[in-house]
Amino acid sequence: MKPAFNEMLNPDGSVRAVYSDLEAWLKSTPPEVLDVRRREADLMFRRLGITFAVYGEGGDTERLIPFDIVPRVLTMAEWRRLSDGLIQRVRALNAFLFDVYHAQEIVRAGRVPESSILLNEQFRLEMHGFDPPGGLYNHVSGIDVVRVGEDEFYVLEDNIRVPSGVSYMLEDREIMMRLFPELFAAHRVAPIDRYPEELLRTLQSIAPAVDVPTVVVLTPGAFNSAYFEHSFLAEHMGVELVEGRDLFVSEGYVYMRTPEGPKRVDVIYRRIDDDFLDPLAFNPDSVLGIPGLFSVYRMGNVSLANAVGTGVADDKSIYPYVPEMIRFYLGEEPLLKNVPTYTCRNEEDRKYVLDHLDELVVKEVHGSGGYGMLIGPTSTADQIEAFRDRLTARPELFIAQPTLALSTSPTFVEQGIAPRHVDLRPFVLLGADCVRLVPGAFTRVALREGSLVVNSSQGGGTKDTWVLEDDRPC
Amino acid sequence: MQFRVEHDTVYSYGETALYSAQYLRLTPRHHDHQDVWGWSVKSNVPLVSFADAFGNVVHVLTLAARHREIRVNVRGNATTRDTHGILPVEPEPFPPAVYLRATGYTEVDEALKDFTEDHRAVVGRNTIGGLHGLMAAIGERVSYEIGVTHVRTTASQAFVEGSGVCQDHAHIFIACCRQLGIPARYVSGYLWVNPDDNDYDANHAWAEAFVPDLGWISFDVANRMSATDAYLRVAMGLDYSGAAPLLGIRRGGGDEKMDVRVRVSQFDTRREARVHARDQQ
Repeated sequence: MKPAFNEMLNPDGSVRAVYSDLEAWLKSTPPEVLDVRRREADLMFRRLGITFAVYGEGGDTERLIPFDIVPRVLTMAEWRRLSDGLIQRVRALNAFLFDVYHAQEIVRAGRVPESSILLNEQFRLEMHGFDPPGGLYNHVSGIDVVRVGEDEFYVLEDNIRVPSGVSYMLEDREIMMRLFPELFAAHRVAPIDRYPEELLRTLQSIAPAVDVPTVVVLTPGAFNSAYFEHSFLAEHMGVELVEGRDLFVSEGYVYMRTPEGPKRVDVIYRRIDDDFLDPLAFNPDSVLGIPGLFSVYRMGNVSLANAVGTGVADDKSIYPYVPEMIRFYLGEEPLLKNVPTYTCRNEEDRKYVLDHLDELVVKEVHGSGGYGMLIGPTSTADQIEAFRDRLTARPELFIAQPTLALSTSPTFVEQGIAPRHVDLRPFVLLGADCVRLVPGAFTRVALREGSLVVNSSQGGGTKDTWVLEDDRPC
Repeated sequence: MQFRVEHDTVYSYGETALYSAQYLRLTPRHHDHQDVWGWSVKSNVPLVSFADAFGNVVHVLTLAARHREIRVNVRGNATTRDTHGILPVEPEPFPPAVYLRATGYTEVDEALKDFTEDHRAVVGRNTIGGLHGLMAAIGERVSYEIGVTHVRTTASQAFVEGSGVCQDHAHIFIACCRQLGIPARYVSGYLWVNPDDNDYDANHAWAEAFVPDLGWISFDVANRMSATDAYLRVAMGLDYSGAAPLLGIRRGGGDEKMDVRVRVSQFDTRREARVHARDQQ
């Protein structure tokens, strides 16, 4: 494995231009001062009530995600290249979704195997033949990107069901501006605070034909790990935050209960999984959803973002086909790379994976949050053998990828400032009128030295992500 | 065969219900082998309708006001033709492979898997003959008995019970087919039954399996036969949940009493005359 790309320092020790001012500031600021600021930041987050539920362990599961006070910096030129690639990818994913729920041309053309769609649990038969407003499915996409070189970005994962993390992008910036106004005075950091407004415009663009559409945010409730984000986005968009029990269906429309009586709802930014949306159409035991909602959706009298059934496009077993989707639907070459992926369902791939477990990252097809995965190079022989048994028993549940050397960004840790591995989750908004994305992202950092796992459920932290303006007009 | 269907359902609640929602799949569609006319689904509650992904007509019943009773009344006519159990080829919403998807109702446990495997060789040699054998074997193992199973009973559960109703028979047959790699689906509809035979419900469910070169073939385990012109095909899906005639949820209401009356009668035939004569007695 080649050494990780250091985003601040060149191999010869010189500082990359984009980090020069920040590096000087880090050098001139005593660690005690940074430590005080970090504690202030923790206090601010606690006061805001941003916590994150961690699953898989007993006991108290609510905790604060560690925040690193050293920002991660990208140039506007890097951002432009990245965003071109993201937009291309998001458009291709949307075209794929429209296709799999209509003519399935990509299957007929032999580019994607039929069974990987038809037998995929995330393929929602109920969506077949339905035209969502604007032909749009993945209105909000959170694309996980890792950097391995000066000019080399890989997409690790597409998140187009109910992606979360954007509130951290916004709150990390807010806190940084309060803590370090002098840094913002010295840098031209591209603003990101218009995200909620852009989200609202995106949601309004897919509304059924009404004069002033009513938009709501639908949350599973206060016990959900991302509840803070749901309420944050509702508040900043100036719309109602509702739970299933606040909505009801009547004669082909969805209404919200209000003190002034029922009010018609036109667009639902739902942060509830497909299965729980409507107990009459999906999981009959769901108490989170709204009985009849799916019928109103199919009648075109309410819009949902994201659409139902987007999971078939961000499934890890479909991921290897995304470059092919870009060529097939857009006639373009992918701008961002895909990580080579071994599908353990295939015998040849499985054999390779079992022979190279110590080099690969093995993930569950349906897993998320970094649970149940194996990182070969950092695992013990026992861990690898235990994983081998799991993989051999149910190979179809796993995919494997080479271990990527995630780039590092300077991070304030016990020992002072040290490089730590980071990833990047930018958010792309696909509306009926245009594509929107703000120049920023949710950066996750693996705080443990050498660790490549950035998931907040596995001890990862967050960082503010800066895109520095240049003089080129947008 | 010429049918007239009268199907009335009355839900009455012990206490005031605050909200009700139902998906009603009660409207048959035209097929080459069945003409439908004068069909109506009415209720004391306003209905709206849409077509689901399988092409089923779904009426949506919602009632946000306090209520103690909901009535659903179906009236309609149909002319059917016997196609020897073979569904005439028509545009299908999905390729057959979709109907290999396992669902909650049709998952197979070890017992059902073992039972199914006994039929693999025969089905492999002669699909249609093998499936008829499978149908007979299920009919033998699982007797028709009302009250043992309920609407949420799965194929595996009913198989263990050894008895069930047409819904369970269809689920078991579908589960076995999928286990054997044969696409299969659930069909709900109406069945004309001889007025002298009081055992069977005119509300019926059966299965269809996809046999290469022949197409979709119907299998009615409860009656151990393929569909004839006595069967009126109304809705189809992967299982009961996608083709159920009435599927509902409500808030409040206490105990529910459901009163169902179905009359499937013939007219313009000698049988019709006989039914009439009975009615007048």
